[in-house]
Amino acid sequence: MRYKLAIASGKGGTGKTSISVNLAALMADNPPANINQVLLSDMDVEEPNASLFFNDPNCMLRQDEHRLVPEWDQQRCTLCKRCSNVCEFNAIAFLGTRVLVFPDLCHSCHACSTLCPDDALPMKKHKMGESAYFKPQFENLTLIENRLDIGQPSAVPLISKAFENLENAAIDNSFIIMDAPPGTSCPMMEVTKNADFVLMVTEPTPFGLHDLRIAVETVKKIQRPMAVVLNKAGSGRDQLIEDYCKREGLDIVGKIPESQQVAEAYSRGELVYKLNNEIGEVWQQLGNNLKKQMQL
Amino acid sequence: MKEIVVISGKGGCGKTSVTAALAQLAAKDIVLADADVDAADMHLLMAPENTKEESFYSGKLAVVDQEICTRCRICIEHCHFDAISIEEGDLKINEIDCEGCGLCTHVCPLNALHMETQRAGLLFEATSRLGTPMVHARLDIAADNSGKLVTEVKNRSREVADQFKKDIILTDGPPGIGCPVIASLTGASLAVIVTEPTQSGWHDMKRMNDLLNKMQIPAVILLNKASLNAGLAADIKKFAADNHLGYTIELPYDPVFSKAISEGITIPEYGRDDLTDLFRQAWKIIIETLK
Repeated sequence: MRYKLAIASGKGGTGKTSISVNLAALMADNPPANINQVLLSDMDVEEPNASLFFNDPNCMLRQDEHRLVPEWDQQRCTLCKRCSNVCEFNAIAFLGTRVLVFPDLCHSCHACSTLCPDDALPMKKHKMGESAYFKPQFENLTLIENRLDIGQPSAVPLISKAFENLENAAIDNSFIIMDAPPGTSCPMMEVTKNADFVLMVTEPTPFGLHDLRIAVETVKKIQRPMAVVLNKAGSGRDQLIEDYCKREGLDIVGKIPESQQVAEAYSRGELVYKLNNEIGEVWQQLGNNLKKQMQL
Repeated sequence: MKEIVVISGKGGCGKTSVTAALAQLAAKDIVLADADVDAADMHLLMAPENTKEESFYSGKLAVVDQEICTRCRICIEHCHFDAISIEEGDLKINEIDCEGCGLCTHVCPLNALHMETQRAGLLFEATSRLGTPMVHARLDIAADNSGKLVTEVKNRSREVADQFKKDIILTDGPPGIGCPVIASLTGASLAVIVTEPTQSGWHDMKRMNDLLNKMQIPAVILLNKASLNAGLAADIKKFAADNHLGYTIELPYDPVFSKAISEGITIPEYGRDDLTDLFRQAWKIIIETLK
């Protein structure tokens, strides 16, 4: 069995990464009976932060990640313009007797390459980012970080690659936590559509509610089961989120109180799930509630 | 015309609160734009009255004619996005997975597939409750192409600025460093990087700075939640100096920011004169940097 949990939110900065890293550590510390390994995949590829919370973890492997884009073969090309006519993304242009390929606009769909009658646009590797495998100081926990190169426009191909990396790293009975990108468009959907369960992180403000609502509608459309964590509880109007979840029939599996102590620990890149006070208790409870929800 | 884009890399640093506070202070002089189209929140503070609403079409979707299709599977074999399958005897296009590339329509031997343009969202011209012209948008649920909608917002805000004879466009940008962010920064005169002294805020700000260097856009820093971690706050200030970034103000870690959002008002309206003065100072530095 492999269980994939996505940690998502519409609004940025609600605490996705906090929840992901603390939950991964909590699960690795105290794994459910049928789980042999916890894998944390940082899929917020534009701004990956999870590794900052594991005290300079040992990096076991770092590799470049590529996608395929066409490369013009001048010798073979007969300048028929079939490629630029079929490209839906304006990634190919003719300049006199030259063909220009714009990798930033290319969606790697292979249309030009497949349809070129002269085989003049073979698909070649193009670097888009890198992935790194970390071994934090927890038995049974591996972190895979996926990092988009600066200036690369699209996060989605690297997220697809991140799923391939996960498939290769996962063993039987793996519990997989995926830290998703913020927003509700392509990158966030790419992560959540491949999840068994989505945990929505929100905060008790009208912004939090507004973006939660869009994120929930999005995940409904891709038909994934979900639950909500209310972060920074008490800092605004908790009732906003509670009423909405009740109406939508969504379970709130945890309420993490707003606390200066937690915010300061977060600023230093420290985990808080083991704090010896009510914060630690809230985390234990959240872990237990989730195990129940996901029937682990 | 000058375009100021408020940006952060990391989400939740306070972009929208900061943009709204600056908009309040400069209301007479600006057009306000919300370029965070997939989690647009500015309208919650600005209660805009929409004067124009337009559908935004972008991206295509493959559509199959079941009568013509013989389920030969050639399209399925060619699709690089696993968006086509056969379900209960019908050819099915998965709308979420379809990239809109059209390869299937070209390889189909019977022309059983064609492409249709999709509605991706709504674009609004409005007047905010501050009286400023405002351009904002809403991406449809599960729609594609937020980068293109951001470009629409930018283009429209320029037209509106011309129309109302405003010299400054103040734009609330999206989080991250990818396509929507690049779209929102294209043509910017100045980026205001809102950051916070946390390991994540610091890390993301450095990546944002790399992107801005690549795009050759000058930037100033605004440090939010400065009192959270004095050490990192000092590091960020030093980073600004070492990298020739302007440095505007430091805001404290203060519950008033969440409270103001919860009441749907801006910080200057909340009546905290100390914070309002800081924002005034920030705006002054931003305007001087623009000159």
